[in-house]
Amino acid sequence: MAQQLLEVTDLHTQFFTRDGVVRAVDGVTFEVAAGETLGIVGESGCGKSVTALSLMRLIPVPPGKIVKGSIMFDGADVLKMDDDEVRGIRGNNIAMIFQDPMTSLNPVLTISRQISEALELHLKMDKSEARKRTIELLDLVGIPSAKKRVDDYPHQFSGGMRQRVMIAMALSCNPKLILADEPTTALDVTIQAQILDLLKNLAREFRTAFILITHDLGVVAGMTQRIHVMYGGKIVEKADTAELFANPKMPYTWGLLRSIPRLDERRKAKLVPIEGLPPDLIAPPPGCRFEPRCQYRREICREKEPELEHIPNSKPDHEARCWGTQQGGWLVDTDWHKEVGDTRVIEEIKQEVAQLPPEPKPGDVPPPPTAI
Amino acid sequence: MLRYVIRRLLLIIPTMFFVALITFTLAHATPGSPFDRNENKPLPQATIDRLNRYYGVDQPIPVQFVTYIGNLLRGDLGLSFTKGRPVADIIGQGIGTSAQLGVQALLLALAFSIPLGIISALKQNTAADYVSLMFATVGTTIPSFVIAIFLIYIFGVTLRFFPITGWGTWQNEVMPTVVLALGPGAFLTRITRASMLEAIKQDYVRTARGKGLSERVVVVGHVLKNALIPIATIIGPATAALITGSFVIESLFNVPGVGRLFVISIEQRDYPTIMSTTMLYAFLIMIANITVDILYGVLDPRIKVA
Repeated sequence: MAQQLLEVTDLHTQFFTRDGVVRAVDGVTFEVAAGETLGIVGESGCGKSVTALSLMRLIPVPPGKIVKGSIMFDGADVLKMDDDEVRGIRGNNIAMIFQDPMTSLNPVLTISRQISEALELHLKMDKSEARKRTIELLDLVGIPSAKKRVDDYPHQFSGGMRQRVMIAMALSCNPKLILADEPTTALDVTIQAQILDLLKNLAREFRTAFILITHDLGVVAGMTQRIHVMYGGKIVEKADTAELFANPKMPYTWGLLRSIPRLDERRKAKLVPIEGLPPDLIAPPPGCRFEPRCQYRREICREKEPELEHIPNSKPDHEARCWGTQQGGWLVDTDWHKEVGDTRVIEEIKQEVAQLPPEPKPGDVPPPPTAI
Repeated sequence: MLRYVIRRLLLIIPTMFFVALITFTLAHATPGSPFDRNENKPLPQATIDRLNRYYGVDQPIPVQFVTYIGNLLRGDLGLSFTKGRPVADIIGQGIGTSAQLGVQALLLALAFSIPLGIISALKQNTAADYVSLMFATVGTTIPSFVIAIFLIYIFGVTLRFFPITGWGTWQNEVMPTVVLALGPGAFLTRITRASMLEAIKQDYVRTARGKGLSERVVVVGHVLKNALIPIATIIGPATAALITGSFVIESLFNVPGVGRLFVISIEQRDYPTIMSTTMLYAFLIMIANITVDILYGVLDPRIKVA
């Protein structure tokens, strides 16, 4: 494995509210290599976004606080930096693409201003250089007639175009890591595909590491090398993408796979939801956090929390947090295909994964950026 | 843009007509006459009749209105019933003073309220916030005459820093300006705080921080620019109210402005003065609103002035 760019160890982020302490991120450990794309998947409120915001120390303090853990980025601990050092990293080495492009751009500033700002700050460009670079970036992310539109305001752009602007902003200082927090959730389906294509191509061209955060397994399938599934503030399954779709080892992941909708459904097959609600992170269940909703649960699941461990019959880096699928568990030999039911979606996704172009070898000259 | 301004300016004419019509009707509908002021020593009926004829008050009210509008169009605001002088002269004498006092008060109010509101919002729920909130509450709830009397007692009577009444030197102007600025200033502090708090929790502020901008650039460049929009809404009418003078302040400090004229003319049923002061106020409010609307277009690109 290549040199790790980001190593997050035992990260705990909590929110101190009137009702109690919300353990939004509760001991998360993962790493991202330079140029790698990692997917973090989970339903709303499982701690994905808080994890991402913690990496840039953008958690609002108070009520939020990173209470424990370390975030080693490029050899330095982000959590030990002073405010100036963190600001030197934000936008410069780590950039973020937010969920809602409609509200994430400042309505009273021009697009040019909002992108140039970071260029002037981190790359010390003067105004005309920054403007020239801004136009190039807008071109790169596929804004038609970028030169004419650079002085427009956000409200003159559609949602998809605004997300392209956000992407251009994130790319502007050539960061080593881009956090994309539900980058396509607020967009309609056709635009989603375009934006994902754009991200995929840019990730390859710039060899920037990406963390793609989403609730939609379909989104991460074609884009990421590895996937971490989060539930209730913890990572519950880690595997490389092909392995996760071929051989998922956690009933929660099965549930997620079951609930991917398909457009060409001929039969009247219903989407199978995961019953129940995500756990209350103020007072999480004492055992496995998924236990109350798990149809395979046993006594031990409620009593003791499983660790994230390597799973038998799987690739060496495949880990899951489940008593049932771990060594000696009662789900070790369960055929997940039967459990998931209709597997056509999964087959399609597997094909898509197989078609992923090989990773560029270090030393390759990246192709000249083209407008997508 | 120019067409928009011209259209808005032309709209002032019909509005002014209706303001005149309503004010005229209301003023004349109020019981009493300009010439029954002293109850102990009423004027002889013959004198009242003569005065009524002289000022045209004996005519039917619609006729009086038409005459008034006719005169108004020729630039004649009429004679004050109680002072016997042209209303234009009386207002002309006082408006300069009132406007000067008003502008000073407005600038003072802006100078302390906007920084105070910003600090208050940035340091929400800290001592600094509570102090500024307390000031804002005191400023809006305690009537200006109470504060004025306090100031007169402390700085005028006890410490003798400033003269108690009068106008003309800067020492004269300090206390009325401060007292007049207090009310709008306190209100603006609250508005600034509220709209800063609203703007600061928006997603784009997180985006700005995510770019690595310093907190100062985030606040001034991103938050304040958005927070100014509601503030501008308040400043327009506040300006119109301030430059037309304040009855309380002008009376207490004996400032020769038009604010007093406003109230006294109503009390005395001095119809031409009532009309002129009301219409002046209406006119300034309309100008202020047009200015604010144009300003919106500058502050917020989403609002198209057309």
